[in-house]
Amino acid sequence: MASTLLSRYACPPDRYDEMLDEGGRVRPHWRQLFRHLESADAAGMSQRVEVADRWIQEDGVAYNVYADPKGQERPWAMDPLPLVIAAEEWRGVVMAVTQRARLLNAMLSDLYNGQTLLADGLLPSALVFGQHGFLWPCIGARPPGSVFLHQYAVDLARSPDGNWWVIGDRTQAPSGAGYALQNRLIVSRVFPELFRDMRVQHLASFFRELQDSLEHWAPVEAGERPLIVLLTPGPYNETYFEHAYLARYLGYPLVEGQDLTVRGDTVYLKTLTGLKRVHVIFRRQDDDYCDPLELRGDSALGVPGLLVAVRAGRVLVSNALGSGLPGSGAIMGFLPAIARRLLGEELLMPSVATWWCGEKPAREYVVDNLDKLVIKGAYPTQRFDPLFGRELRGAARADIVRRIRARPQAYVAQELVNLSQAPTWSREHDQSLLARSVGLRVYAVATPQGYQVMPGGLSRVAGGSNALVLSMQRGGAAKDTWVLADGAVSTFSMLKRVIGARDVVRSGSNLSSRVVENLFWFGRYAERFDNAARLLRVAVSRFIDNAGETTPDLEAVIELCILAGIVEPGRKDEDDPWVPVGTRLSAAIFDTSASSSLASMIRQVLWSASQLRERLSLDHWHSLSRLQSDLQIAKGVRPALGETLMFLDRVLQVSSSLTGFSMDNMTRDNGWRFLVVGRRIERLGFLAAALGDFLTSYPKQEDLGLDWVLELTDSIITYRSRYSRQPELLAVVDLVVFDDSNPHAVIFQLQALLRYVERLARDVGEVPVDALLAEEEILRNFDLADFETGPDEACAALAAHLGRLESAAYGLSDLLGMRYFTHVDIVSHQILAS
Amino acid sequence: MARYHVLHETRYDYGSAVSLSQQTLHLVPRECAWQVCRSFDLAIEPVPSWSHRGKDAFGNPVEWVAFHQPHDKLHVRAEMDVDVRPHLPSSLVAVLAWDELAERLTYKGGGVAPLAADLLANRFRFESPHVRVKHELAIFADDCFARGVDVLEAARALMEKIYTEFEFDPEATTVATPVMEVLEKKKGVCQDFAHLMIACLRAKGIPARYVSGYLLTHPPPGQPRMVGADASHAWVGVYAPGSEHGWVDFDPTNNLLPDTQHITLAWGRDFGDVSPLRGVILGGGGHEPEVEVTVTPLED
Repeated sequence: MASTLLSRYACPPDRYDEMLDEGGRVRPHWRQLFRHLESADAAGMSQRVEVADRWIQEDGVAYNVYADPKGQERPWAMDPLPLVIAAEEWRGVVMAVTQRARLLNAMLSDLYNGQTLLADGLLPSALVFGQHGFLWPCIGARPPGSVFLHQYAVDLARSPDGNWWVIGDRTQAPSGAGYALQNRLIVSRVFPELFRDMRVQHLASFFRELQDSLEHWAPVEAGERPLIVLLTPGPYNETYFEHAYLARYLGYPLVEGQDLTVRGDTVYLKTLTGLKRVHVIFRRQDDDYCDPLELRGDSALGVPGLLVAVRAGRVLVSNALGSGLPGSGAIMGFLPAIARRLLGEELLMPSVATWWCGEKPAREYVVDNLDKLVIKGAYPTQRFDPLFGRELRGAARADIVRRIRARPQAYVAQELVNLSQAPTWSREHDQSLLARSVGLRVYAVATPQGYQVMPGGLSRVAGGSNALVLSMQRGGAAKDTWVLADGAVSTFSMLKRVIGARDVVRSGSNLSSRVVENLFWFGRYAERFDNAARLLRVAVSRFIDNAGETTPDLEAVIELCILAGIVEPGRKDEDDPWVPVGTRLSAAIFDTSASSSLASMIRQVLWSASQLRERLSLDHWHSLSRLQSDLQIAKGVRPALGETLMFLDRVLQVSSSLTGFSMDNMTRDNGWRFLVVGRRIERLGFLAAALGDFLTSYPKQEDLGLDWVLELTDSIITYRSRYSRQPELLAVVDLVVFDDSNPHAVIFQLQALLRYVERLARDVGEVPVDALLAEEEILRNFDLADFETGPDEACAALAAHLGRLESAAYGLSDLLGMRYFTHVDIVSHQILAS
Repeated sequence: MARYHVLHETRYDYGSAVSLSQQTLHLVPRECAWQVCRSFDLAIEPVPSWSHRGKDAFGNPVEWVAFHQPHDKLHVRAEMDVDVRPHLPSSLVAVLAWDELAERLTYKGGGVAPLAADLLANRFRFESPHVRVKHELAIFADDCFARGVDVLEAARALMEKIYTEFEFDPEATTVATPVMEVLEKKKGVCQDFAHLMIACLRAKGIPARYVSGYLLTHPPPGQPRMVGADASHAWVGVYAPGSEHGWVDFDPTNNLLPDTQHITLAWGRDFGDVSPLRGVILGGGGHEPEVEVTVTPLED
């Protein structure tokens, strides 16, 4: 009987349906899932979908749609229903994919050593010499084990007759395996019983094989453990989430080009404690950007001299530099003959019919049959969006024909594939499945025993029911892929292998200088927004208490906010109209266009956190993403003052949970010390400035500001429990400046800072802190009795000390920067004209 | 035969210290059928922290050097004695029609093996980083490429067209000026003219390579001093199967066929493959190099 599940599920006759057979019956390997969905109650399912969405949101799974400097991220779109594949069918896929991986690897090996394929006319030279992806300086380079492709991904589609076809090869730095893993973690949590009962094959062994292989081929000296790094182009890249995710999962330092340096023919990581030799670079960066010395000179991302190290066999780059070549669809038509030549085998899985226009008969066919074809660039580096022939009319059609005839070798045409369809869960309707086009990306990894295929993969469904293109950029979604097991499921997970006592690593010795710098600034920014939020909360609550009236103590707080650069003055020029305090406070909190606003500070925190993704725990992320969504909500309508106060409370809660994570959950390595030092410097600077301003204005304002000084330093409770009376100057100053048991006192912060710096100095060398030490001495010897004899003079003297302390604190920040952080010195490219 | 002494000096005075520098040098003249390098000496200051000698993908000698210590100057002095024998083609006709050649070099499919020399020449038949091959270039070159014209005659006509229509102007372009901009401005230096000519030839399906080298600084009495004589120079090699050396050189800057007054240093797809010095430095501030080339004839 047709359940309500299928009431909206269309089955056009010209497409293969993954779930239903020709008679509309559920295929055997889908039955368990289908029955589960039928019996699940509507509310329960929508709740699960929501939970899955929230995981994606909170884990920060994102896909940057464009390399946008504003860091525009879009949450990863995922459909909770997996694509199910039967065990027997999968065996065929595995055979075909491993064969293709072997073939493309052998082809690369030939093209960089000997080029018999060109000499024998099995491949046109236009598709090798004409490709920017063919890297001339790599000719003759033989990677260890002759493996060019350590990782290989292939896009598969199923035609109406039920056969799988290859529609694309990914050989450069295949992306998506990390997303597949993330999808799996989420979907298996959405359907935990089903996942177990259906005997779905696990993914973890694939990543273990990848690690083993990289270690196996790493060019190490005897007794050396290989240092493997993951090279990313950085946070602007569309799959940066995945880079950070994989780095964390595999335990590899995530590095950018500037973190590495080549000395002679050896690659090193710049760490806090000096240069560390790198043996393997697992790269997620396109190869032509990898070495500005010999490849693209305009690359700011690469490692100058890398090719020297590669040719000398001193570093393994995975995939090998130059492996992007077979990513061109243009070679597909040549593969059957190449397979016969290089492997002596017939190709097990066909490629989608492809015509390279560089051959005359193919070109004429393409021009005559445009309606049936999709036109693509022949070179992966070409910026050319696929064009669907049947959508081209008039001038556009004439134009593409002209372009093809003018430079035929730059174009290929592919037959349109009627993709198969799979069920997705409808978010708009109750208990409904929708049919969507689906494609599958499968991953293989080279091992010394041959290629191994990930039992699963990244399935992608199109955004609409008739969409021709599967693209995460165009509103599509990803799916988990469940490959069913024949027998027992191997429950291997990424457990650590046995580590001997001498392998134990205690320090984060592979901390790159850049990571350390980011941790330091993360600490400073996190503290900065906390300080600002505290100050603004004092101001807003005073403002509300006074019911809009201006009182001297409110003015004093506002004045401090203005001095701290957080709130704008009432008027900038004498001629300007007066801006009411309420408006200014609201702007100071929510106005993202003002760089000093709380909203902007939160953005800075989020930004520096995003540079540290692989170092921060998921809990950290959850707090940060909550902060971001709070801010997002406030973006639309500026909340009323009461709600603003609640917002500030929430911000401070998140802030203190961040502090908690930093203090309780992070390993106390030198990176962590830099984070804490950053926090201390910021708080010390802020306290010194705020209290200095307060003391300077004290003779004028007298006791008016004492309450908010206590509030600002979170010291009200302590004060009350000690004195049970109205705040008085001497006692307040003692508590917030001189009391070394109060964590919000100046001296406490100063001494803590000095302790951390001293501990740091043991590992990384001396840090000059003379100025801070001198101030500490002065503070310790300051005579509180001065406040009895001449309060005004005492205020002025202490304010002056605090001013010097503030500059000493920020001075230390500069010193640390100069000494330990990556100097992003200007890299320039010299090239001599004729 | 002509004998030369060449002195090629490059000096960088950096505004601020350079902390790390890596360079690839194409300063050793390559051996070819008409040219022998009898002595070569390279002096580099400061002394490189690391160096390595080898050949690039196109068979040119290369020197990789690196400086790991801070320095504020770089001085590279290459000195050599080179013999050049006459090698002008005996004739510019009856080699092969350009369109026949282009057709011959096109992939035939079905496992038809190309001639070995053609396959090598095909390395120089497609776009390269500094030579985009655009349709406009084919149009610009059309009047030199009538059907059936001999490839060398077509190349000579193209060289003359560039020489006539373009103005030598060192101020008009930089190292990075794209060919299409040169075509538009009708101005440039030897590197631009070489790139332009190469792009046109490739647009017509003819392999063409970029040759870097030197010119005699002070020509014999009565002969004019050629343009580009006080720096390194560049010209074009055109694939001409059937000619004595398989390739014939053209100098579009001077509108002549290089012979014993041109000293060949290296060749590649374009300037980027054979730039005499190419490097990446960390720091340094502003820096304009001073380059001096002196080519003096030696007595036999």
